[in-house]
Amino acid sequence: MNVKYMFSLIAVIVLFLLAYVGVEAAGLQILFGIVIPYVALLVFVIGFINRVIGWARSPVPFRIPSTCGQQKSLPWIKSEELDNPHTTMGVIARMFLEIVFFRSLFRNTKATLSDGPKISFNLEKWLWLGALAFHWSFLTVIVRHLRFFAEPVPFWVQLLEKVDGFFQIGVPGIFISGIVLLAAVFYLFLRRVIIPQVNYISLSQDFFPLFLIFGIAFSGILMRHFAKVDVTGAKELAMGLVSFHPIIPPGIGVIFYVHIFFVSVLLAYFPFSKLMHLGGIFMSPTRNLPGNTRAVRHINPWNYPVHTHTYEEYEEEFRGKMIEAGLPVEKE
Amino acid sequence: MNFEELLAKNKTAVIDKWFGVVVDSYPADTARFIKSQKDPFANPVGATTLKGLAGLMDELLGEMNHDTINSFLDPIIRIRAVQGFTPSQATSFVFSLKKIIRDSVINKKPDDRQIITELSHFEQKIDLIGLIAFDIYMKCREKIFQLKANEEKNRTYKVFERAGLIKEIPGGGQES
Amino acid sequence: MSDPKPNELIEKIDYNPSQKGWMDVPVEIRKGMYCYASNPKSVEYVGLPHARPWNPLEEDWKLPENWKEIVHKAFRERLDRFRSFKVFMDICVRCGACADKCHFFIGTGDPKNMPVSRAELLRSVYRNDFTTAGKILGKVAGARELTLDVLKEWWYYFFQCTECRRCSVFCPYGIDTAEITIMAREIFNLLGLNIDWIATPVANCYRTGNHLGIQPHAFKEMLEFFVDDIEEKTGVKVEPSFNRKGADILFVTPSGDVFADPGTYTAMGYLMLFHYLKEQGLNVTWSTYASEGGNFGFFTSHEMMKRLNSKMYAEAKRLGVKWILGGECGHMWRVIHQYMDTMNGPADFLEEPVSPITGTKFENAKSTKMVHIAEFMADLIYHGKLKIDKSRNDNLKVTYHDSCNPARGMGLFDEPRYVIKNVCNNFYEMPRNTIREQTFCCGSGSGLNAGEDMELRMCGGLPRANAVKYVHDKYGVNMLACVCAIDRAVLPVLMEYWVPGVDVTGLTEMVANALVMPGEMERTTNLRGEPLPGMEE
Repeated sequence: MNVKYMFSLIAVIVLFLLAYVGVEAAGLQILFGIVIPYVALLVFVIGFINRVIGWARSPVPFRIPSTCGQQKSLPWIKSEELDNPHTTMGVIARMFLEIVFFRSLFRNTKATLSDGPKISFNLEKWLWLGALAFHWSFLTVIVRHLRFFAEPVPFWVQLLEKVDGFFQIGVPGIFISGIVLLAAVFYLFLRRVIIPQVNYISLSQDFFPLFLIFGIAFSGILMRHFAKVDVTGAKELAMGLVSFHPIIPPGIGVIFYVHIFFVSVLLAYFPFSKLMHLGGIFMSPTRNLPGNTRAVRHINPWNYPVHTHTYEEYEEEFRGKMIEAGLPVEKE
Repeated sequence: MNFEELLAKNKTAVIDKWFGVVVDSYPADTARFIKSQKDPFANPVGATTLKGLAGLMDELLGEMNHDTINSFLDPIIRIRAVQGFTPSQATSFVFSLKKIIRDSVINKKPDDRQIITELSHFEQKIDLIGLIAFDIYMKCREKIFQLKANEEKNRTYKVFERAGLIKEIPGGGQES
Repeated sequence: MSDPKPNELIEKIDYNPSQKGWMDVPVEIRKGMYCYASNPKSVEYVGLPHARPWNPLEEDWKLPENWKEIVHKAFRERLDRFRSFKVFMDICVRCGACADKCHFFIGTGDPKNMPVSRAELLRSVYRNDFTTAGKILGKVAGARELTLDVLKEWWYYFFQCTECRRCSVFCPYGIDTAEITIMAREIFNLLGLNIDWIATPVANCYRTGNHLGIQPHAFKEMLEFFVDDIEEKTGVKVEPSFNRKGADILFVTPSGDVFADPGTYTAMGYLMLFHYLKEQGLNVTWSTYASEGGNFGFFTSHEMMKRLNSKMYAEAKRLGVKWILGGECGHMWRVIHQYMDTMNGPADFLEEPVSPITGTKFENAKSTKMVHIAEFMADLIYHGKLKIDKSRNDNLKVTYHDSCNPARGMGLFDEPRYVIKNVCNNFYEMPRNTIREQTFCCGSGSGLNAGEDMELRMCGGLPRANAVKYVHDKYGVNMLACVCAIDRAVLPVLMEYWVPGVDVTGLTEMVANALVMPGEMERTTNLRGEPLPGMEE
C-alpha cells in the first residue's frame, strides 16, 4: 500500500462522511448548502488573487524564454515564430497553443529504431491526451453547470449540453464530458501509481485533488442517473446562492450536499495547492516573453552596480609586461 | 532435440529474463524506465543492453567469435563501468545467465543426460564471456583514469608546448 | 546445499527501495560524480564570503554558524527578485513529462536526477519555510526541514545539472531547472560552497581575462604562434591586432579557443577569416582585457556573471569600436543574448551592427550590438563573399551538435547548419529527438568539465554520444561540429570513451580549411597539419 495516496484517499472519504453525516444525521443543510459554499468561494477568489499578486510582485529581471525554434536573425532564414517568438503576437500565439492545446507536452516524441535503416518517430502522446481530456472535459462540465446559476439558461450553455449529450444514451442522457472526466482522472491516477518515475515524484498533494475531482464527478453522475435528486430544488438553491438570497429547498437529497461540499473543498484548496498552475502558466517567464532580447532591451528593475575589474586596474597590474610585448597601453 | 536447439527455441524468453537481471541492478524507480522506454536515443542504457545481450546469445549459440563478442559486450560494460558499479556488480550479469537457463530450459528436461552434458559445455562458454567482461571492465576503468589524468594535459599543456611557451622541463610546472 | 545467491555475496550498492520516499534517503556523495571544493584563494580574490578549505567527503563542511539563517534569507530574497523562481516553486504538478528528458537521469539512472526531483529538493524546503500548507501539514504537504543532509543533497545534485534547459522544453509550464539550479548555486556561494573548477576560472577571468590566468603578453604570444602556424600551412601571414583603438569591431571569444585543443584551430580560423576580409573592409581588433567570452560567473551567481561580462562593453567603449563580434561559445551566448544588455547595457555608445562586407544590418542585435560569428559567416556566404573550396573538407563526414545554450537560450539552429553545408559536402543529422531544441547536453557544461568528475561526465554525455555513435556507425561520420568552447574541450574526451574515431571541430575551423585565401600557397594540409584529401602521400 502506498502511503502517499492512502492518506489522500482517506482524507476524501472523511470529507464524504462529514457531509453525509452532517446533512443526513445532524441536518446541517444550511452549513453545507450555504455557509460552506460561500466561504469556499471567498477563499478561492481572495486566495487566487492573492497568489497571482504574489507572483506579480516579484519582477522579471531577465528575459529568459526557452527558445524551442529558430531565432529571427538574417532575413533569409525562416524563423519559427511559434517556438521562438520575436513579437508580442508570436508570444500570444505560443501561449495560446500552450494553454489551450498543451503544446509542450505534445512535443514528447519517441524514436523507434526498426531493424531496417529507417528511424521512425512516434509521439508519446498518452500524457498529452490524458491531460487534454481531463482539462477540456472538466471545463465542459463547469460550463454546463451554468444552467444551474442562470435563468433563463443561456443558449450557448444549452448548445453545449446538446453537443455533450449527443449520443442520447439513457434517460436522462449521459453527458460525454462526465464519462471522459472520470476516465481521465482515473488515468492520471493510474499513471501516478504505475509509472515508476511518476510514482517516485508523486506526493500526497498530487493524489488529493485527483480523488476529490473523482468524488465530484462521481457524485454528480450518481445524482443524475442513480440517486436521482430533485433538480428543481438544486437549481433553486444555486439561484439563491448567486442572487444572495440563499434558501434551502426541502428534500434535495443528501448526495447533492456531498457534491457541493466536495466542490467547496476543491475551491478552498485551490489557491494553496499546485492547482494554481491555472494562474501560473500565464506568468511563466520562459514562455510568455519574446526571444528578442538582443533587439529590444529588457529592463531589470533591481539592476544594481557591481564591483568590476576595470581596464585601469588591469593595466596597472600588467603594464610592464604589456609594454614589453608591444601591446598598446593608456599610460606609458 | 539437443540442448542448443532447445535453448534456441526459448531464446526470446531467456534474453528477456537476462535483460531483466541487468535492469534490476538499477534503482527500482529507474529500472522500469530502462525496461520500458523503447526509444534507443531516449534510453541508451536499455537499448544498448538489450541489443548487446541478444548479440551475445547469438554468439553463444553460434561461432563464439571473439571480436563479435567484444562488439556486443563492450557497450554494456562500458556503460556499467562509469555508473558506480563495483567490478563484480558490473559483470555478474553474465553469470546470471546460467541460472536463467537452468530455470527456464533445463527444468523442462531435468533427466536428459545428454542435455546436462551439453549444458556444462555451454556454461564454459558463458564463463569465457564472463572473463572477457572482466577484461573490458578493466580496460574501461583504465581509460577513465587515463582520461582523468590527461584532462589538463591534453587540453592546455599540449598547446603551450606546441607554441614553445613551456620553458621548463616537461612536467616540472607550466608557468609561461 | 542451498542455492548460492551471488547478488547477496558480492558487494552491493544500497539502492533505495522504492517503498521509501525519496526524502528519507540521505545522499551518498560518490567519487567520480562530484567536483573538488573551491580553492579558498579563488573565493577570496573575488570577494565571496566564507572562503575556507573544505572537503565534500568529510562529515564537517565547516559551514558558518548561522548557515540556516543565511539560506533562508537568501531563498527569500531570490523569491522576491525572480518571478521565475517563485512561479517555478509553486506551479509544478509533477506530471513527469520532464522526468526522462535529463541526460544525467538517462545516463546515471539515479532517480534524483529527474529534473522534477531535482527541483523538489528545493521545493520541499520552500514548502516548509514559505507556504502555509507546508507549515501546517509538514511532510504530508511534501515539506521538509532544511538539515545538513538536505544541504549536502542539494549540493551534490545541483552540481549534477548542466543548466542545459532540455527539461524546460517539455514542461507544459516551461519550468526551467536551469533557473532553479542557478538559484541553488547562488545560495551555495553565500556559504562558500562552490566547486573549484568554477571558482578558480572565475577568479582568473576576473583578474587576467581568461580562465587559466594567462597574462596579457602570453595571450598575445599564443595568437602570434597561431600566426606562424597559419603561415606555415597556408603561406599567408595574417596580422591580428590587439587592444587597438580605431578598430570598427571588437572580437571576443572564449579563452578556451586560444588555450585548448581543438578550439585553437577554431581560433586560427577566426584569424584567417578576419585576414581574408580585411581587404574588403573588415577592421577588427582582439582584446587582452576582454579576452574571455565564456563566463563562469554565470555558474556562480547573477552578480558574478555581471561582473565578468562587464568587460565586454567596457572594452568596446574604451577602444571606441562600433560593435562587437562574438566567437563560438555556448553559455557566453546565452549570457549575451538574454542577459548582457539588461545587466550592463544600454550600449548606447555602440552602433547598430552592420556587416562592413555585405552591408547587412543585423537588426536582431540592434540593441545589444553583438553579433554571433555564425550569423556573420552565414551572411557572408549567402552573399558570396567567401571563396570556398568545399572539397578540402571531403575527408570529413560531419554531424552537428547543437550546443545547449545557443539552442535553447537563443535559437541558433540554421545559421551554423547553413555554414557547414556550404563548406563541406558530407553532412548528416543525428536523430531528431537529439538535435535542435531537443539537443542532448555534452554532459560537462555549467562548470562541470573538471577531471575528477569524469564518471559523471561520461554518464551525462552518454545520450549525446549514443546519437553520435548512431551516425558514426550508419554514415561513417568522423567529425562532430559544434559552436561551443566547452563542447570542444569535453566532446573529444567523450568521443574517446564512447565513440572512438570521431573528432571534434568548431565551425570556423571548417570554414578556414575550405577558405581559398588570396596569395596562399598550394594547401597540402588542414590547420591540424593533417593531409588534405588528395594530398595524402
